Amino acid sequence: MSTHKLTRATQEPAWVRYGLLTIGLGFLFFFLGLPLVAVFVEALAQGLPVYLEALKEPETRSAIWLTIVIALAVLPFNILFGVAAAWAIAKFDFRGKSLLITLIDLPFAVSPVVAGLIFILLFGSQGYFGEWLAAKEIKIIFAVPGMILATLFITFPFIARELIPLMQSQGKDEEEAAISLGASGWQMFWRVTLPNIKWGLLYGVILSNARAMGEFGAVSVVSGHIRGETNTLPLHVEILYNEYNAIGAFAAASVLALLALVTLVAKTIVEWRMKAETDMLNAELPGEKTA
Amino acid sequence: MTQFRKSIATLLLGLVAGAALADTTLLNASYDVARDVYKDYNPMFQKHWKAKTGESLELKQSHGGSTKQVRAVADGLEADVVTMNQANDIEFLADKGLVAKDWAKKFPNNASPYTSTMVFIVRKGNPKGFKDWNDLAAPGVQIIIPHPKNTGNGRNTYLSAWAWALKQPGGSDKSAQEFVGKLLKNAPLFAAGGRDATTTFMQRGLGDVLITFESEAEMIAKEFGKGNFEVIHPSLTMQTEFPVAIIEKVVDKKGTRKQATAYLEYLWSKEGQENAAQNYLRPRDPELLKKYAHFFPPVKTFTVDEVFGGANKAFATHFKDGGSFDQIYVAK
Amino acid sequence: MRPLGAFVPLRHSAYSMSAKNHRVLPGFGLALGYTLVYLSLLILLPLGGMVLKASELGFGQIIDIALGERSLAAFRVTFGASLLAALINAFFGLIVAWVLVRYPFPGKRFVDALVDLPFALPTAVAGITLATLYAGNGWLGSHLEPLGIKVAYTPLGIVFALTFITLPFVVRTLQPVIEDIETEVEEAAATLGASRWQTFVKVIFPAIGPALLTGFALAFARALGEFGSVIFIAGNLPLVSEIVPLLIISKLEQYDVLGATALAVVMLAISFVLLLAINALQWWAANRHKNAEPLEVAAGKAGKEAEA
Repeated sequence: MSTHKLTRATQEPAWVRYGLLTIGLGFLFFFLGLPLVAVFVEALAQGLPVYLEALKEPETRSAIWLTIVIALAVLPFNILFGVAAAWAIAKFDFRGKSLLITLIDLPFAVSPVVAGLIFILLFGSQGYFGEWLAAKEIKIIFAVPGMILATLFITFPFIARELIPLMQSQGKDEEEAAISLGASGWQMFWRVTLPNIKWGLLYGVILSNARAMGEFGAVSVVSGHIRGETNTLPLHVEILYNEYNAIGAFAAASVLALLALVTLVAKTIVEWRMKAETDMLNAELPGEKTA
Repeated sequence: MTQFRKSIATLLLGLVAGAALADTTLLNASYDVARDVYKDYNPMFQKHWKAKTGESLELKQSHGGSTKQVRAVADGLEADVVTMNQANDIEFLADKGLVAKDWAKKFPNNASPYTSTMVFIVRKGNPKGFKDWNDLAAPGVQIIIPHPKNTGNGRNTYLSAWAWALKQPGGSDKSAQEFVGKLLKNAPLFAAGGRDATTTFMQRGLGDVLITFESEAEMIAKEFGKGNFEVIHPSLTMQTEFPVAIIEKVVDKKGTRKQATAYLEYLWSKEGQENAAQNYLRPRDPELLKKYAHFFPPVKTFTVDEVFGGANKAFATHFKDGGSFDQIYVAK
Repeated sequence: MRPLGAFVPLRHSAYSMSAKNHRVLPGFGLALGYTLVYLSLLILLPLGGMVLKASELGFGQIIDIALGERSLAAFRVTFGASLLAALINAFFGLIVAWVLVRYPFPGKRFVDALVDLPFALPTAVAGITLATLYAGNGWLGSHLEPLGIKVAYTPLGIVFALTFITLPFVVRTLQPVIEDIETEVEEAAATLGASRWQTFVKVIFPAIGPALLTGFALAFARALGEFGSVIFIAGNLPLVSEIVPLLIISKLEQYDVLGATALAVVMLAISFVLLLAINALQWWAANRHKNAEPLEVAAGKAGKEAEA
């Protein structure tokens, strides 16, 4: 077998490669690149000073902070659930597993407006728990807790969905070894499991974070839109746009795009370190890698 | 960092409950484009109230789609007052017992401190020579309007056209429905909302005419330049009202009835009326209407009560599922 | 791929596997218990409340609402556009994922980072921006409309908006799987004489098939519920370009919470069946793949076919 023929079969011919590159990048250019450029063009339509001025508005500032606060508040819940669900699903066999996975997927398919509505049906003053909450003077909807609940619902599947395939592919041998060597459950988790999944976990965190910050529909229904108090950045974008403040609206949207890019940079670093780590591992254990 | 702390504080406050604050606070739940009106009005009232009673008030605003806002109030958003742009939305709150049954009589002028009308926005020089509603229903014309079933702006246009057709010689409900059907056939799309319709017409260059509130025209000028369009007042159009009401349940609970009533009453004061006029909303005060006559040319208008027997009835006949709008699209 | 180590033979005995599971590794009860409680509180309780609310209407009325002429048209538009968008994403997403994993090119990290953008941008902004781009005088629309292709304010506009919103799913589910395919397998196929196309069809595609299916399904599911971006570009004409979420909003505009809930429950039921089918299909595909033939065997077959 000639080397020429081998390259032919492990690599696409040059014209195919360039063709695929053109199609793939062209698709991304038209569907992602242009919209992103258009957002910044609108935001900067009257120059950088006007753009920065729009971002200095106190209501925009408080919306940015509230968006970040909600994203942070959602994190621990999502991490805890993601790890627990992935641990149970990936490492053990039990009846009804695919039903459980489907239930975890379900929030993806629920229209965001409906996702907000269901919390109103529960906690609104005409809702199932409305009177009880009113008697106890507890505010859930039209306040920050309701917005956190709606965001939790929307971002529910991300971390679990990220971790399940990862933990499945890793198997359970390392954990079993740790246990048989006398480690306690927590020691096993902190020393073996967590180091194995930490980068995948972070990847899931970043994805759910992007979604948490960008969510509009569900949060809009439960927010009450009180300015400076329950207004997140995506909600503020809508209000500014409706007020004929296109610069302000697109400036706020560009902040969200930038926040996404920041998390994406974090993700790139994560992936890079993950790769470096696996490369190191492979270099250390050359014999064990079987093809 | 203070912003961050404030957000944390808001978060904790929300978790604990609506804890009592030092100042008396009023929340005004309003429609989505009313921000400019109340941004100027609120400090004005705060000053007035402080001078009169010595009490400092904190005023908070909530803005959103009118129906969405009243649903939120019905579901527990603790607004002291609502300032809306559709009477049927207040009727809904009255049905729920949150607003007095005779809310429209609690304040002058049907409890609507200012009004507007529906106008045509056409391209510079009015190239197609539009004068009245029938011009818009002619073949080959494209009209841009927000969704007539789902938005207040679109509903007002629909009812204006209907009323105009009804008042023509030999007009009947049947001929009106036919006319409105012809008009809607000229709509290549139904925009998501008033603002979206404007963007579609002004920025994306679609359509020959945009139908919207008179007050929007000035906002359009602010963003797209005054010289790019003209405003046409049709021979008959709707006088759109902006009704206000006190949420009885909330003011009783919070003990803010006095402040809330004064807040709404002040909308009819000279200062309040002038503020409305400066935001291109027709003041009720005849002197001010004259003073700002260059903004507000006299037009022949009708009210929903006169032609349709009330906002609720108009809504039920035309915009509920199976109403006249649905009949135009779904033959049955 | 992690090295499996010396435990492999043990783990292949089904009996010892199920017996060991619950004994060796701790935390099953805690993890599953927490998962179920949290799932019940955050997802099942609210969704159950919604179903309970809709049940106030009775089955017959719910069916009437779902089968009205406008609802049926909206269901057709919603499912059709979502399916098309998911197919577009499956095709282009596969190419994008392949290009991002296998080919070096300048600015690759930036392009890779860009893929998640549709998650972070508020959907309304996406809708407004796309409508501006594809309108008759937009950057793209001005080139497409002379060709007779209208995107903005047509059902095609809905497809484009949904393609944008769901773009990350296929790419992101495929990327790790393509990374996992070991080049040694492809080399083996090549050594045995397979052409690149044969290697792709016989070796690579079966390996990435299940992930492609998952990505397609998640994109489809997410597209069904999307509202914010679509209304700005759809045109929203009854029977032509109305989507189901718009009808839900329309019911809410009539203060008809019950009707809105009923429509939402119908959507939820369809989505649930769909996702369950996909998860089963994926499980079946993964199992078939695992049990049928290892990649090496597939590689050998691909090679033999090339010789024949």
